Amino acid sequence: MTNKTKEKKPTRRDFLYITTAVFGATGAAAVAWPLIDQLNPDASVSALSSVETDISSIPEGGSLKIAWRGKPVFIRRRTKEEIEIAEKEDNENLPDPQNDADRVKNKEWLVVVGVCTHLGCIPIADKGDFGGWFCPCHGSHYDISGRIRKGPAPTNLEVPPYEFVNENIIKIG
Amino acid sequence: MNHDYEYTPGNAFTKWLDKRLPLIRFADENLLSFPTPRNLNYFWTFGFILTLCLVTQIITGIVLAMHYTPHVLMAFDSIEHIMRDVNYGWLIRYIHANGASMFFLAVFIHMFRGLYYGSYKEPREILWILGVVIFLLMIITAFMGYVLVWGQMSFWGATVITNLVGAIPLVGESILTLLLGGFSVDNPTLNRFFSLHYLLPFVIFGVVILHIWALHVTGNNNPTGISVKNTNDTISFHPYYTVKDLFAYVVFLLMFAYFIFYNPNILGHPDNYIEADAMVTPAHIVPEWYLLPFYAILRAVPDKLMGVLLMFGSIVVLFFLPWLDTMKVKSARYRPTYKIFYFTFLLTCFLLGYLGGQAPEGLYLFLSRVCTIYYFAFFLVVMPILSRYEKPSPMPIGISNSAINTDLGTDKNPALSINN
Amino acid sequence: MRLTQAIIILLTIVFFSNNQNLLASGDETFKNLKPNFSFEGPFGKFDRESLKRGYQVYSEVCSSCHGMKQLSFRNLSQPGGPEFSINKVKEIASEYFILDGSDEYGDPIERSRVPSDRFQPPFDNKDAAKASNNGAYPPDLSLIVKARSDGANYIYSLLSGYEEPMPESMHIDESLSYNPWFSGSAIAMAQPLYDEMVEYDDGTIASISQMSYDVANFLAWAAEPTMEERKSLGLIVMGFLFIFLILMFFSVRRLFKDVH
Repeated sequence: MTNKTKEKKPTRRDFLYITTAVFGATGAAAVAWPLIDQLNPDASVSALSSVETDISSIPEGGSLKIAWRGKPVFIRRRTKEEIEIAEKEDNENLPDPQNDADRVKNKEWLVVVGVCTHLGCIPIADKGDFGGWFCPCHGSHYDISGRIRKGPAPTNLEVPPYEFVNENIIKIG
Repeated sequence: MNHDYEYTPGNAFTKWLDKRLPLIRFADENLLSFPTPRNLNYFWTFGFILTLCLVTQIITGIVLAMHYTPHVLMAFDSIEHIMRDVNYGWLIRYIHANGASMFFLAVFIHMFRGLYYGSYKEPREILWILGVVIFLLMIITAFMGYVLVWGQMSFWGATVITNLVGAIPLVGESILTLLLGGFSVDNPTLNRFFSLHYLLPFVIFGVVILHIWALHVTGNNNPTGISVKNTNDTISFHPYYTVKDLFAYVVFLLMFAYFIFYNPNILGHPDNYIEADAMVTPAHIVPEWYLLPFYAILRAVPDKLMGVLLMFGSIVVLFFLPWLDTMKVKSARYRPTYKIFYFTFLLTCFLLGYLGGQAPEGLYLFLSRVCTIYYFAFFLVVMPILSRYEKPSPMPIGISNSAINTDLGTDKNPALSINN
Repeated sequence: MRLTQAIIILLTIVFFSNNQNLLASGDETFKNLKPNFSFEGPFGKFDRESLKRGYQVYSEVCSSCHGMKQLSFRNLSQPGGPEFSINKVKEIASEYFILDGSDEYGDPIERSRVPSDRFQPPFDNKDAAKASNNGAYPPDLSLIVKARSDGANYIYSLLSGYEEPMPESMHIDESLSYNPWFSGSAIAMAQPLYDEMVEYDDGTIASISQMSYDVANFLAWAAEPTMEERKSLGLIVMGFLFIFLILMFFSVRRLFKDVH
């Protein structure tokens, strides 16, 4: 296109056009937000982003498996011996070194996401060589602190965000 | 059209691109510097508005499909899920639902504009026919979309309208079963309607491209109906009509926004907020407002088959418009007699729309019949007769002669100088 | 052309206004009462206290026959609604029970409801609902205000309209009640509200019209919990478009100055 009428100084006319264009562009950009935000989890999904569970009925040495954000969460009430073992084994040669104390809020309760960190299978409780969990898919062994000890999994079982609402209720997420 | 200007690539990259895929050249010739009659009024902005309507419907529709479940047990609830839980779901759904109404409002204005200014006449017959095809596809798409809501009016509207097919002698029942995928409107029907409702807008999009292509071969008609003679008669599409169309679109959006934000359900029927129930029929079954005129024609006839044929005929007749009205003078501006019949026709269509919502009895039925007769007479009787006998009023020689003062003649084609 | 445009605009207005009446018309002989709800109009917001009382009326009276399947308890605390505190909502929800999953023997587990659960339906299915109500199905109330023309006013009129004396010329089945606001004037629902039937937590006197007003308010919110969000966003959008319109208007004028 030819540029014969290019003006040297911005005039009032240009100012009007530029303002209008900027305004229009802003509006068009704002329209994008609802279209993007609708992809985010909706209110019914968000409402399930945290779950509260009554743990008072779990006996010592027992555990509970609950669903949280579509994944299983293991809540285990550990015995004194188990806690001792877990703490003692802090010094072992761990593939993903982490102290037991850093993995729990209350020594008695271990809360981990029950998804093997290898390829996402669900480990089986009270199986394997280390008294914790065993993943049947590719043979990963976890100890009573949910730490990986043997097998292909790269990291320890994930600890989800959680808090104790009161003595009996734990809120995960 | 009279091009005495050609696109020249400015830099090395555009030169390189121009030799391989002349995309910018294409856009420039067809959008930016496309010579457009200088005297177009605001009725000519609806093509642009309609394109944006289609895009809006497609975008919001794709989003809705991400959250919608096409199953009879979940369809209605999934829409409420969109309205209540999905982020901005209520906004997107209201845009889509009211967008359909806005789309039809715009298309009606667009069509009546064409009818008034003779935009269907030689050499624009194909352009007009493609437009009628789009209109037909729009009706089918809108109808199927309305069924997806799976409210009472969706279900019973679908039942009534699909039953029209049953009016076809001999094979009607079989075709109906084929169409429904069962013996009544049910889950298979909902599923196929969902599939087609997703598909058809893209078909419409394709036909729209042909429609615009045809437009760019013949060039725009204009309010005088006089052909463009030289570059004095035209201005470049951009910036003149991009800006003018955009202005009209903003006006349109303001009205659209009023419906979305302040009266989103006024154009719908309350019964469609009741989940579909195959055992309970609503007291009055009425289609959406934009289909009311056709519904009135359907019910004006006592015979089922004839009613169906007339209803379809009311759209089919539009295909033959270029050969029914053979008057050389295009614009109604210079056709005083046609103008009277035209406005009577416009009034008839409004009246049919009103009557389509009333019970077909007594005075309403009588008026429906009168209007239906006039609807067809306008095309089949008035147009051919006026084509032969009407005396047009005096017309100017050209677009520029009647529209602008002659001082501006120094600028051969404003497209050259103003376009950057 | 001016005249044509004027005619077209006029016709459009007439058409739409007619259409509106058409959709709104029933065979009701009585015009709906208009208690002037606070949520009406472009700036309207719900009266939170009334919504809370309305929920109380619903849960203590209506909910024994009418479900609200689109609502979850969490909705009661979300912005734009009754806005109960989260703890209050937990407390409300925990009074109801739900069968959720099965134990190791395959028996269903019953637990109390939590905020993310839906309202408890009064009957297991439609047939059970009919069986308990003389064959009439008490409709779900989640969308009742949108499913009736002039919904909130209609609900208010209907609920407070049982006191109207029945015309002597009229005879209705004794299982039905007379209510001139109901289509056909004979309704299967017996008068649901009586003065002082509920005891409002906030001390408001529970007259029939007060309860009708509150519950109509609550149902209007329930039919569209995003109404306040819609109207406030609408204000921004309309304001933006209006300014943009003015800018565009002058741009067009300036642009076409040399053309005409």
